[in-house]
Amino acid sequence: MEVNETVAIEHGLKKEEFSKICNLLKRTPNITEIAIFSAMWNEHCSYKSSRKHLKKHHTKGIQVIQGPGENAGVVDIEDDDAIVFKIESHNHPSFIEPYQGAATGVGGIMRDVFTMGARPIANLNSIHFGSPQHKKTKNLLRGVVKGIGGYGNCIGVPTIGGQTSFDESYNGNILVNAMTLGLVNKNKIFYSKATGLNKPVIYVGSKTGRDGIHGASMASATFDDKIEEKKPTVQVGDPFTEKLLLEACLELMADNSIIAIQDMGAAGLTSSSVEMASKGNLGIELNLSKVPCREEKMSPYEIMLSESQERMLIVLENGKEDHAKKIFDKWNLDFAVIGKTTNSKNIELIFDDIKVAEIPINLLAENAPVYDRKWKKTKLPQKIKFNKDNFKSLSLSDCLKKILSNPNISEKKWIWDQYDHTVMGNTVQKPGGDAGVVRVHGTKKAIAATVDSSASYCFSHPLTGGKQVVCESWRNLISVGAKPIAITNCLNFGNPEKEKNMGEFVECVEGIAEACKFLEFPAVSGNVSFYNETKDKGIKPTPTIGGVGLIKNYENMITMDFKNSGNIVYVIGKTEGHLDQSIFAKDILNEKKGPPPSINLFNEKNIGETILDLIVKKLLISCHDISKGGILTAVSKMCIKGKKGLKINSIKGLTNKYEYFFGEDQARYIVEISKDNIQKVVEILNKNSIHFDDFGVIQDKNLTFNGDINLPIEELADAHKYWLKEYMDN
Amino acid sequence: MKSSVIIFPGSNCDRDMDVALNKYGFKNQMVWHNDQFIPKSDLIVLPGGFSYGDYLRCGSIASKSKIIKSVVDFANSGGLVLGICNGFQILTETGLLPGILLQNKYLNFICKNVFVKVKDKKNKYFKNLKKDILELHIAHNEGNFFCTQQELKALEDNNQIAITYCDSDGLENNENNPNGAIKNIAGIFNKNKNVLGMMPHPERMIDNYLSGEDGSLFFENLLGNLR
Repeated sequence: MEVNETVAIEHGLKKEEFSKICNLLKRTPNITEIAIFSAMWNEHCSYKSSRKHLKKHHTKGIQVIQGPGENAGVVDIEDDDAIVFKIESHNHPSFIEPYQGAATGVGGIMRDVFTMGARPIANLNSIHFGSPQHKKTKNLLRGVVKGIGGYGNCIGVPTIGGQTSFDESYNGNILVNAMTLGLVNKNKIFYSKATGLNKPVIYVGSKTGRDGIHGASMASATFDDKIEEKKPTVQVGDPFTEKLLLEACLELMADNSIIAIQDMGAAGLTSSSVEMASKGNLGIELNLSKVPCREEKMSPYEIMLSESQERMLIVLENGKEDHAKKIFDKWNLDFAVIGKTTNSKNIELIFDDIKVAEIPINLLAENAPVYDRKWKKTKLPQKIKFNKDNFKSLSLSDCLKKILSNPNISEKKWIWDQYDHTVMGNTVQKPGGDAGVVRVHGTKKAIAATVDSSASYCFSHPLTGGKQVVCESWRNLISVGAKPIAITNCLNFGNPEKEKNMGEFVECVEGIAEACKFLEFPAVSGNVSFYNETKDKGIKPTPTIGGVGLIKNYENMITMDFKNSGNIVYVIGKTEGHLDQSIFAKDILNEKKGPPPSINLFNEKNIGETILDLIVKKLLISCHDISKGGILTAVSKMCIKGKKGLKINSIKGLTNKYEYFFGEDQARYIVEISKDNIQKVVEILNKNSIHFDDFGVIQDKNLTFNGDINLPIEELADAHKYWLKEYMDN
Repeated sequence: MKSSVIIFPGSNCDRDMDVALNKYGFKNQMVWHNDQFIPKSDLIVLPGGFSYGDYLRCGSIASKSKIIKSVVDFANSGGLVLGICNGFQILTETGLLPGILLQNKYLNFICKNVFVKVKDKKNKYFKNLKKDILELHIAHNEGNFFCTQQELKALEDNNQIAITYCDSDGLENNENNPNGAIKNIAGIFNKNKNVLGMMPHPERMIDNYLSGEDGSLFFENLLGNLR
């Protein structure tokens, strides 16, 4: 087949990109070569729209062993232990085929982590669906949850946390972001940089099939009416093979046989071979006739573009082939020497003894296009003036129950019951708390992890929203007693060719970077997903932050459930009563405009560090950060989880109880303190100039406030626990 | 006391079981599915997971693995064989235990704490156990025990029902049956009560920072009975 502009465009390349390719090559590429260019130059693999701005990320810190640019980020957790982690999107495939899309998302991110020599110890996910009333939502949710569970449960890695939201902006583009954490000895980390000439290039894992061809290009385009036709671009997962691949790779990694290793993810063999050679400034020669294939008569084009799952590419030390083969034979996995490293600095592909492609590596990697897309700043919206009439006919109790059962607030037990969250025997905080916590096997240490996003804040004002998500992640880690270490981020946005969407991206990144820098909470890995758009309608900007923290002794970890009647409850941090963009404003007042709550990074840091200090000193008994839904939502969750009531004190100088109870001001926590420790806690808060409200006293049964609220905990629990289950059952 | 945990490709609770057995004083060894013989053991454990991917029926491929003949011989000569979750499924596929584990009634994977009632203490596993109701943990997609009426009658007549799902007070009803298992059955013995298959995972309940500690009671008691 002759390659021309039309063929290039069919492969997702732009007209200008095609002429650039011809100029760089000084000839017209053949069909296999154009496929390779399209795979490497698409948005998903090349980051061509985002690269310029991703440089703004704050990525440094003494704890950082590996920042962005590798399969995953790595942070030091002392005693030679390190945590490898990353979050990645699988949005487009999950919308087309929810089970396989989500399953292979989980499989892909786990491979990124064990490629570096780490045993995965925890999974998390952040999933976002259209309006509950939308006809596709229920099936998509069911399929995604089953897919995530089907894969993670089989591998035997606990899914310890997650986040689920519903918003009509996801009607045509759901989001599925999967995160994995792995544990590695910091002296035994494996990288993807190939070194040395004439080293054998090894293919291991599953056979190559025709699934997932053009997957990366599909994920780099918007959707239209014909998305059903794109089903074949979705890969099919086999968690059993991945489990074998995990064990086999870790077994081979026990000695010094491996020079470099890279999983075959998006753009399969193309991307993995080019990346390894590019990082090592080498050439690579692959004999495609030797690639284990699942189907007959696969062409070089298909072999290079296949996104069949559970495959790895390894550059081995000379003479280690037999040793490695023995291990993969033991685990019943394919093993083939398919090529070698060369000094040509080209990728050369041989098929049936004929050279079918030859491209200089630098044209695929460094010379890939980088765009400085136009973007528009988002102005801070004007604050809404709520007048007294807005609140007249309301009752605190009714508002609270409505908010607790809001799809975005209600408990997601229906989901996490389907994920094995206890396998590996180290889960010390299960899903449903502020962060999931797993012990570092055989030590006193534990790792806390959380995933967060705030699309409506980011939509209203991206710069503030970007900062807010980082702060929320930080608070969730603090709330369980973990010192925040670093983040990974998954940046889900609409069409970067539109100035508004591009602006949302740029400003969210700037917000994230600013917060990360101030909080010394660096971003060490991540991924960008653009083109979350269907028929011109894009999603709300949804950067998802995956935060990781360290607990030095898991016995000091705390949870959010209220523990003992008679204990004192404080609200730490100042409540101004910011209702704009709150769940209350949207759900009760039907007001969707206004700015998100402002972020004061100094307060955030000061209060967070103080809370952590109080937890380490064992002065707090339970703790929960205040986020969506405000104070009253937060304390209700603490009551429900602890099966305890709370007597809320009269609040001094209260002008509007709705603003106070439902406002979503930032940098606030609710804490439980025993009477004996009150004085010590107050001293520390005063010393650090931190505002607090003496909020209430834990009691046995009811949540009470003056004459306004008197609700049995069971009634709160009923409101909070069943929305999702009932929705899915009907 | 020596124990052996069999590792099949796809087993994923093997390490957890190893940790639990060692913690309570067993000298545990791991045995690969492709081996032919099992080292001298007082207890063999088939751990949870997805042996051979659980393609075909859960446990069916494992029941034809190379090591399994040694397991069956060991059981038939009176040795203690404990199958947890996928291990239980394998035991039914080998024929050491009757019945089969169907997909959960509500078609979803379930991971949560449950209560089980110990129905028989005249055996090496539960003799001397201080509690009658244990809080354990389940994590499975196919735990819905089913058998013929004839098999059920035999199970009942010979007191082969080991544990049943119940609430914290021991009440066994539909509401406390997480997966639709016939008669709330969570675990059964063979006729001689040396083979026990159960869906709940005691190895996930071995300290109070995890889901609970009733798994500790189970292992401590078992070791005591073997001494």
